[in-house]
Parts: sequence; structure tokens; C-alpha cells
Amino acid sequence: MSAVQEVVTEAPAVEAVPKRAMTLGYGASMVMLVLLIMAPVFVKNFIIFQLTMLLIYALAVLALNILTGGSGQFSLGQSAFYAVGAYTSAILMEHAGMNYALTLPVAGVVCFGFGFLFGQPALRLSGVYLALATFALATAMPQLLKLGYFEHWTGGVQGLVVTKPDAPFGLPMSQDMWLYYFTLAVTIAIYIFSVNLLKSRSGRAFMAIRDNEIAASAMGIDVALYKTLAFGVSAGITGVAGGLGAIAVQFVAPDGYTITLAISLFLGMVVGGVGWLPGSIVGSAFIIFVPNIAEGISKGLSGAVFGVLLFLVIFLVPHGARQVAIVAQQLIGKLKRN
Amino acid sequence: MELFTNQILAGIATGAIYACMALAVVMIYQAIDHLNFAQGEMAMFSTFVCWQLMQWGVPYWGAFLITLVFSFAGGIAIERLLFKPLAKAPILTNVAGFIALYAIINSVAGLIWDFTIKQFPTPFGSSPFLGSQLISTHQAGMIGVTLMLLLLLFFFFRFTRMGLAMRAAASLPESARLVGINTSWMIALGWGMAAAIGAIAGMLIAPVVFLEPNMMLGVLIYGFAAAVLGGLTSPLGAVVGGFLVGIFENLVGTYIPGVGNELKLPIALALIVTVLVVKPAGLFGRPIVKRV
Repeated sequence: MSAVQEVVTEAPAVEAVPKRAMTLGYGASMVMLVLLIMAPVFVKNFIIFQLTMLLIYALAVLALNILTGGSGQFSLGQSAFYAVGAYTSAILMEHAGMNYALTLPVAGVVCFGFGFLFGQPALRLSGVYLALATFALATAMPQLLKLGYFEHWTGGVQGLVVTKPDAPFGLPMSQDMWLYYFTLAVTIAIYIFSVNLLKSRSGRAFMAIRDNEIAASAMGIDVALYKTLAFGVSAGITGVAGGLGAIAVQFVAPDGYTITLAISLFLGMVVGGVGWLPGSIVGSAFIIFVPNIAEGISKGLSGAVFGVLLFLVIFLVPHGARQVAIVAQQLIGKLKRN
Repeated sequence: MELFTNQILAGIATGAIYACMALAVVMIYQAIDHLNFAQGEMAMFSTFVCWQLMQWGVPYWGAFLITLVFSFAGGIAIERLLFKPLAKAPILTNVAGFIALYAIINSVAGLIWDFTIKQFPTPFGSSPFLGSQLISTHQAGMIGVTLMLLLLLFFFFRFTRMGLAMRAAASLPESARLVGINTSWMIALGWGMAAAIGAIAGMLIAPVVFLEPNMMLGVLIYGFAAAVLGGLTSPLGAVVGGFLVGIFENLVGTYIPGVGNELKLPIALALIVTVLVVKPAGLFGRPIVKRV
């Protein structure tokens, strides 16, 4: 029986996205930037906080997008990397008295290492098997954080309370608004880094592996290296997002980082469009606001309303926000010609 | 030594639950090539339908049969209405669809039958089986039904035209279409069968874990793990995987100090991942050779 082997023509799990289509044009980027800068001026502090969370989740979705949309590897374990980043920041701030801004690069580096190492065994797995392995990581993480052995640093089940930073240099801004602009700056920096990463030699290697692993290795790409590298980069960015999240929420606890978070991030990626980096912010908006809207429509059936809305989105635009963007682009192109 | 054998027996008893679920998981994987995250919720819903029928006075086996028919039809309806239109959409979009389906079924069941725990009857009784305190007659019956299902499925896939057509449609859809198999309906049939098997699993599991809308969450995770461990292409693997996961889980809980209930799942999953690293297609799965 084992001599009979199934032979299939490889169909990549994630379809190819042309490199140029992975980013926004210059004009659209500028409009988006101005909108993001102006947004907090007109709204209340609570909404500013939500916008901050929007950016933070957008970063986490972006990270998953690099891994799945870029290198074609599937992950349900992003919540674990997010948790490690959040805890790294929180512990450094509360136990070592480090400045909040300085903890973020540390969180990024720690998570990069963690992701890179996790990528090693994950190399042998693909598709659903990889999904299960990352899923195992996501379910194990909250339990590990609760372990009595680490309790001195992690605070066990209770978690850690983090102090919210004030605006520096005596700027006349509320804490929320400062944190929003701080997060925005980090997000833009990471977005530019990611866009350039995917345009670089490494990014092309990721995409070659995504489209056809065997062909990629025949072209001389070190498949093992680039696959683990993609895991590392993705985990690192998720870690920075986690650190920012800890600062924004002012609290870290094991139960904040369960598999639900990983599933949300996955949904965010699908809604935003797999492999389309600017879609991350659309996806993030979906996972932050739609559950609230569903709750508003019907308290008892909020899960069903959420499910129906999600179905609507994937029925109308199976490729996510990317599809909307492409249609819009074609329309604008037509108008220009007329 | 006695502790060891007892733990293995207890592991087999819990493993039967996972084996049942894993069988349903593999069934749908054979038909549609994806893991259905809503599988557990579909099984839960079917179990509730059975419970409701019994509340209305239908006898156990009558309710059992009606539920099977209902689940089969329901599975086909879900495929026709919700997932056929998504057939051309990317795989990840389909996975998002499963998550949406999960949320809908869970929330609707919660609204109709609320979240209080309900008792579910067993047809096998719950006295000790062959004088052992660790396995009840219900659990023995469950193992029996799982093995019978496995046998039936084996004969169906191996010796019937329909089974052959389903296998063909799953492994090479284009070629299957060329030889005249209606692949689209084969997928629907796969959904129906998976839903029916899931319903059997749900009705067998409910007396053990009690009936409530979230009862399947833990079971489904172990069921997935078992299916992946055994190899997603093999129903036999799924059943063996189910028993192995049950035994793993029990032994880990007994012999590794400091492992409470909380850490059982992560450790069981870690073991499974370790096995997968050595055998990436699962214990009984066939490795897939890729063409460039």
C-alpha cells in the first residue's frame, strides 16, 4: 500500500500576487497617511484608544500577511508571538524600569528569535499539519504563562499592570493621543520596512517559495533559511505589536492571548486580502468593529450576526479588500481615459 | 503496573470519543480537502435535535435515525447553500467561512436551547463493563460503534462504485470529471456523510461530556489532533490516532509531575507535533509526491 503514492500537481495554497499589487500607489498612501494623522483630532479619548488598537492589530495582521501572503506558510499561532511580545515589554517596564519605547525593539528581537527557532521544526510541516503545530503553540502559550515557575516575573494568572506613558517634552496632549501618534509612527516605520522587505531579494525568495517550493529550490534559493526567516520576521513584528498592545491596554494577562486572538488575526488577514499589505488595516478594522456592531444588532445572537456578516464579506469579495482596491483602481483608470 | 494498565484502559475510553470525532473529520477531509472547523458545532447541533426529539416523546432509536437523516440533509444543504458558491474562492477564504459557520451554529444553538447543561441518555447503560470500574458499558458501546463505523466506511470506499467515485473526486477532481463523475455532488455527499458521522459522534459523546452548546470545543481539538496524527487520508489512522491521543493524554496526566488538567492539552499537542516532525504525513497517511 505504501508503495502507491499520490502524485498531484502542486497548487499553491495562496495564489500568486504580483509584487506591485502588494502595495498602495503613492497618491493613495498619502491620502491614507493624512487621514490617519487627522483622525484623533476630532474624536473622544475612547475612540482614540480604539484607533490605537486598530493600528496595533493592523501590525499583527500585517505580520501574518508577510508569513502567509508572502511565504505561503499558514499560522494559527500568532497569538503566542503576540503574548511573548506583550510580556517582554511589560516585564521590562515593570521589573527593570525600562523606558516603554525601548522595550519594543527588545520585544521584536526576542520574538524574532522565538519565531526563527519555532520555524525550524515547522519546516517539515506544511498546510494543515503546520496549522496544527502553530495551533498547539497558541493553546500552550496561556498555560505556560500561568506556570508557577515564572510567576515572579509574569504575575501568574493575575498578570501585570503596566503604567501608561505621558506625552514627552510637555506636549499638550492626552495620554491616549500621544500613544496613538507613537503607535502610528511605529506602524508606518514597520509598514515601510515590510514593503521594502517584500521588494527585496529576500521578499522575492519568499514569494518564489510560496508559488512553488521545488522550483524555488531548483533556482538556488535556500528554502529552509527563507522559510524560517519569514517565521522570524513575522513573529518579530507581531511581538512589537504585542508590546504596543500591552502599553495601550495597560495590562497583560494569560487569558488575553488565547487562540481566539490568533483566529481573529487570521480572519483579519482574509478580509483584508491575503498578500495585500495595505489590506491589513481593513482587516484589523473588521475584527475590532464588526463584533461590536454584531453585539449592537442582537445581544443573544451576536455570534450568528458576526458569522452572517463574515459570510456576506467573503461572498461579495472572496479576495478581501484587495479585490475592492483593484476594482476601484480600474474604475479610476477608466475615468481618467474618458 | 496495575496503575499503568488502568490508565491505558481509561485512555482508550476517552480515546473512543476522539476517534469518533476524528473519523468525521477525516471523512470531510476526504471529500473537500479542508479541515472543517465547524464540524464539532454541526455535531453539537445534531445532538440537540436528537435531545429535542426525545423531549417530544420519540424513543431513543427513532430519534437517532431521524437525527441521522436530518444531519445528512443538513450537511448537504450547508454545502449547496454556503460552500458551493465559494468553491472557486481561495482556500483561506473557505477556512474563514468555516469559522463563520462555527459562530452562527454555536450562537443559534445557544439561543434555542440556552447554555445550561443537559443530561443525554445512553442506549448502552452505564454500569461497569466486564467488572472494570474504568470502562463503562457506554464507553465500550462507543468503541464498538466507532469500530463498526470504520468497517462500514472501509467497505463503502473500497467496494462500492459510489465510494470509488468519491475518492476519485477528492484526489483528482479534473480527471474524475472527465470520466463522468459528478464531482460537485460528490462533495455535497461528503458533507452529508460527514455531518451524519458527526451526529453519531455527538450522540455518543453527549452522555459523557453532557449536552451544551460548547461541549464540542475540546473534543474537536482532540479530534483534529487525532486525525492529523493518524494521517488525514486514512480513516483507520483517524481511529488509531484517536485512541493514541486518549492514551497519551492520560499517561501524561498521571506520570509527569506538575501536569494539571490545564497542561494536558499542550503536552498532548506537543507530542503530536513531535510525531509529525518525524512522520510529516501522519502515522498512516500516504506521503504526497509533488510535481513541479
